Amino acid sequence: MLELKNIKTFYGNIQALKDVSIEISEGEIITLIGANGAGKSTTLMSICGIVPPRSGEILFMGKPIQDMAPNNIVSLGICQVPEGRRIFPFLTVAENLDMGAFLRKDKDEIKRDIEYIYELFPILAERRNQAGGTLSGGEQQMLAISRALMAKPRLLLMDEPSLGLAPLIVKQIFEIIKKINTENKTTIFLVEQNANMALKVAHRGYVMETGRVSMSDTAANLLANDEVRKAYLGI
Amino acid sequence: MFGFEEIKKSFLTSLWFMFLTFPIMVIRVNTVQNIVEWRWERMFMIGIGSFFLSFLWRYLLERKELGQKKADLGEVDSIPWNRRIAREPRFYIPALIAICVFVLVFPFTFSLYQTTIMITALIYVITGLGLNIVVGLAGLLDLGYVAFYAVGAYSYALLNYHFGLGFWTVLPIGAGMGLIFGILLGFPVLRLKGDYLAIVTLGFGEIIRLVLENWNDFSFGPSGIANIPRPGLFGIQMSLHQATIYLYFVMIFLVLVTIFVVRRLQDSRIGRAWIALREDEVACQAMGIDKTWTKLSAFAMGATWAGMAGVVFAAKTTFINPASFTLWESIIILCVVVLGGMGSVIGVIFGALTLILLPEYLRAFSEYRLLIFGAVLVVMMVFRPGGIVSPERRIYQFKGTAPDKPKAEASTPG
Repeated sequence: MLELKNIKTFYGNIQALKDVSIEISEGEIITLIGANGAGKSTTLMSICGIVPPRSGEILFMGKPIQDMAPNNIVSLGICQVPEGRRIFPFLTVAENLDMGAFLRKDKDEIKRDIEYIYELFPILAERRNQAGGTLSGGEQQMLAISRALMAKPRLLLMDEPSLGLAPLIVKQIFEIIKKINTENKTTIFLVEQNANMALKVAHRGYVMETGRVSMSDTAANLLANDEVRKAYLGI
Repeated sequence: MFGFEEIKKSFLTSLWFMFLTFPIMVIRVNTVQNIVEWRWERMFMIGIGSFFLSFLWRYLLERKELGQKKADLGEVDSIPWNRRIAREPRFYIPALIAICVFVLVFPFTFSLYQTTIMITALIYVITGLGLNIVVGLAGLLDLGYVAFYAVGAYSYALLNYHFGLGFWTVLPIGAGMGLIFGILLGFPVLRLKGDYLAIVTLGFGEIIRLVLENWNDFSFGPSGIANIPRPGLFGIQMSLHQATIYLYFVMIFLVLVTIFVVRRLQDSRIGRAWIALREDEVACQAMGIDKTWTKLSAFAMGATWAGMAGVVFAAKTTFINPASFTLWESIIILCVVVLGGMGSVIGVIFGALTLILLPEYLRAFSEYRLLIFGAVLVVMMVFRPGGIVSPERRIYQFKGTAPDKPKAEASTPG
């Protein structure tokens, strides 16, 4: 579904991604783990076109998208849950969800999707008139995920959904991620620091180190791998 | 609690003020008789005055903080008065009728002078609403807004001078010129954010003014262009008084059109994109909003209204020169938006009327009027930082039990 071929991305003169190649097939949950500054978020930003790669190819459904504008990439069905949630703090929960459906014009479908979201996260239904900024961290993360789902993505990119959340909430979020994948057949590309959690829900995983993919395997194999265990699981 | 401590503080403040003003208020050297007059009674008055003002200030601040605390705890049971008026038909229908009647009879009951300053205020309502799109909705700080206003005014003046075009023909042309200039400026500068954008727009505003001032062959330089005709009505000859009243109603009409369009814009897709852009750019991009185009459209829309207002301004004063389009004008328009309440249409109208009419009616206080004007601004910003009317959050009504169908604002596609 999505294929990254030898992506090189720069911030000014600093090379953040040195030859990254990743492949994601339809219906999978793929996770990308690695230490701080390994280039995980940059990979997502490159896919989205917010920080386009300087060289290499990104193919989505066989079509190159690396030169497209971010809004056109979203309209293809790639949607991001940005790092640190980045909900709209002064818009209400309902308005935030509306923004997620910005590119859609099918009103009835949108309504149905909103109801689905409220079923998925009943707490958001309760708080739909509350400004996004007044929600707790966990609720904000749920809102950020919901907002992305409102775009009806075929591929959902998630950047550290567990950032700054209590373990119990993290568990809940990961359950939801799994649910989204199985119920909607949404392909999910998950970038995580919490390697343990991420590898448990994912089918396959990539390990990143200083701008390069250093390892790739099935999630189960990675969980069992000694190096990974030592470096990222702290066991 | 409000007790002894506050009284003591106010007392110390009054002592300090008595000391500070002592040399200028109490001592007077009479140079004719060569004696020094000691006006002790003045010191006494300053003492009492500053004591009460300081006490009042402290009291109001205290009240405001208490209110804030209550609001944070969600203990506010009564809706603020302005919301209540806006929501209940038995309040807002009479209010609306009263405003309509007032607007209709205003030019016939009040003097020509009053009508003229009201027209000025209405011009600021339009420019304020235009700038509100840029600053209030899209969050782009534009300090060179008056440049587009100048573009509109000069469009009318020059097109009339060279080609004899009338007000109604030039009105859309002026708006179009504003739009074009908005896009021209917008393209290069919209990569910038916040302070940088403000500086660049400030520079642009000054460039336009300096070009108009120095390009004599084109704009007649500082001497300006005179004898610009007032708006016509099927070629009927009108006296000055009649023409002013006519212009007043033209303005009322334009204000209504502006309000209508701005409200529709606010509720449209593009309006929501502007608001979202103000809040978080990265999230906007992740949602598939075209950042450049959205910013550019906000900038261009704002400039369009400025261009239109400029045409009216030229028609009203019948004489324009670059001195009317200084940085001070941009700042006043920005004040209208900020003081009135960023993002709120009614707020901006209130803001324009207050800011433009207040200095006029304060003429009675002659040399103190700017002092009072400044004091009002400071007090307003301390006690109502959100502006006179802060924008109302959209309320979603639900009938029956949740989960219910939200009355989505998506029902007004752009």
